[in-house]
Amino acid sequence: MDQEPYQAAADEESDRRAESRATADEESDRRAESRATADEESDQRTESRAAADEESDQRTEDHPASEASDRRTDGRAARPSEEADSLLQELVAYLRECRSELREEWARRISEAELLGVMSDEEIFSEATEVYDNYMDALETGSTETLETYARELSERIIPRGVETHEVIGIVLLLRDVLARSLFAKYQQDLDLLNRILDSYEPAANRVAVTVGVSFVEERERVIHEQQEAMRELSTPVLQLRDRLLLLPIIGVLDSARARQLTEQLLGSIQENRATVVVIDITGVASIDRTVANHLVQTVEASRLMGASTILTGLSSEIAQTLVDLDVDLGMMKTVGDLQGGLVEAERLAGYWGRDGSDSIGVEN
Amino acid sequence: MEDEARAGEQGRADEVRVAINDDADLVTARAEARAMAQRLGFPRPDPTLIATAISEVARNIVVHVGRGEIVLKPFEDADRYGLEVIAIDKGPGIRDVEAALRVDYSGRGGLGLGLPGARRLMDEFEIASDADTGTTVKMKKWRFRDELARLREERRRRA
Amino acid sequence: MSVAILRQGDYLIASIQSDLSDSEVIELRHQLTELVGRHRSRGIVIDVAALEVIDSFVTRALRSIVLTARLRGAETVIVGIHPDVAIAMVQFRLNLEPLRVALDLDAATALLDRLTQGDARDGR
Repeated sequence: MDQEPYQAAADEESDRRAESRATADEESDRRAESRATADEESDQRTESRAAADEESDQRTEDHPASEASDRRTDGRAARPSEEADSLLQELVAYLRECRSELREEWARRISEAELLGVMSDEEIFSEATEVYDNYMDALETGSTETLETYARELSERIIPRGVETHEVIGIVLLLRDVLARSLFAKYQQDLDLLNRILDSYEPAANRVAVTVGVSFVEERERVIHEQQEAMRELSTPVLQLRDRLLLLPIIGVLDSARARQLTEQLLGSIQENRATVVVIDITGVASIDRTVANHLVQTVEASRLMGASTILTGLSSEIAQTLVDLDVDLGMMKTVGDLQGGLVEAERLAGYWGRDGSDSIGVEN
Repeated sequence: MEDEARAGEQGRADEVRVAINDDADLVTARAEARAMAQRLGFPRPDPTLIATAISEVARNIVVHVGRGEIVLKPFEDADRYGLEVIAIDKGPGIRDVEAALRVDYSGRGGLGLGLPGARRLMDEFEIASDADTGTTVKMKKWRFRDELARLREERRRRA
Repeated sequence: MSVAILRQGDYLIASIQSDLSDSEVIELRHQLTELVGRHRSRGIVIDVAALEVIDSFVTRALRSIVLTARLRGAETVIVGIHPDVAIAMVQFRLNLEPLRVALDLDAATALLDRLTQGDARDGR
């Protein structure tokens, strides 16, 4: 067989691999960080106690709203932490006091906004109670761990029922707003105090919102990928069309894990069926990227090393263009426009092989 | 030296050391690597990829230095685990490591040490070499704990 | 030696029985080139199914067998590359240029028939 140098295949990939060593570490750092945020927070609070007095002096001199918001964006380290801490305790105590009233208000606004339509009012109210209490704990302790666990469990319950990401984020933001309004109402007489209360409240509330949102999305991602895995198992049949002729119809999304699995399955089938010709039909593949294209090239080359020729059929014009744009080396790939044409070509090749092999030698199979 | 490798295996169940003195030891190193990869749950074709990479670095020891050692050990971190391979020799070192790693598109690979190829077969590849201490090649092959971790990694690679 | 070499008509069939050390690979190359001359063989089939690793050294040795045998008038076909080994070879990006492969002995001898009868227009 005509063997060309195995050049173009996965050159990019190897480079990326070397790099990914560094990024992997970063990733785990980042995660450890985000987990530690809560602790840091409380450290910062105690550390900057000394600065607290100075800060509050400055604030009594000039306390327009704009200054307050500047301070907020400055970051938390600059916050007068001891005071913030006690303010936070104060506002949590107040919000707990108004628990039933605010919870009801929140549930009302949820149905007003037509969120969580798939759930009954009772269900919404019971989850709302749980979320409310968890929310308070998270505000109070600055630790989102318990809330995260709860949010994951909640997500697990509601994802199968079709609750959407915007609904979850929507209800958490609603709660944030309901609580903020109640704080406005209570402290409206003292704008300065209100500002400081909000300074304590907002970052904590936002952290809670982020925690819930992220937990939901991650849980959703997990569910989706579990389903994808299940589908993947089902969706890659290698069909024997004729003696020594295989068809691999690929349908759906090709990522590198699936491409890898396809390769293994195909090579195994080549060995098992003693196939000499394989038709890979990608009519059902919507798009392709460089990594996957290179996988495809590798699959073809590996098949060839096992002694089977490959015909690729059903390249959409979009995929064909992508392959050209990506500069994927298709020099060694035999492509035929559609599956039908591919099968004709395959039979020609297989027939050629079969006649040649059995007629002149007659060795046992 | 063969005995030494066996003793290492018994002494620490999680680590296998194979002394590399001649080309027959490559066969041992490949077999040990394959066995450990299978024990760690690596799916096909990973055990073969690992054994191939090890074959290359072990051969460099035999051909260019004469003796050295291959250490195989499992590793674990946050969202993945796998097999780490360390190839050690006390030879004169590789003068131009960069060149040895350079991808040669003819497929012959840089200085002909097979290192670019070995690197492509593994997920991590590091090499330290100088005239005083010799050459150490560290390679890792990963297994992800779950599908999400793998996807994150894949996304990062593409980015 | 863990390679059995049989003569079948004009062809030599070398069947590797187990993973080979480098010296055994070199020995195989030596034996094959010598046998080609002795028997005036026109083709060689090397069955590598027992090889668990085909790395750069083995590939170089195979290429060298192909080229040496060709100089002595014989074509060579490799058969039985294991699927995992095929993937490793592709990912390694070994230079496989002069190697011809076939799925099994059957296909290999058919290929050799065509090659040695001058019917090699499509290079397969």
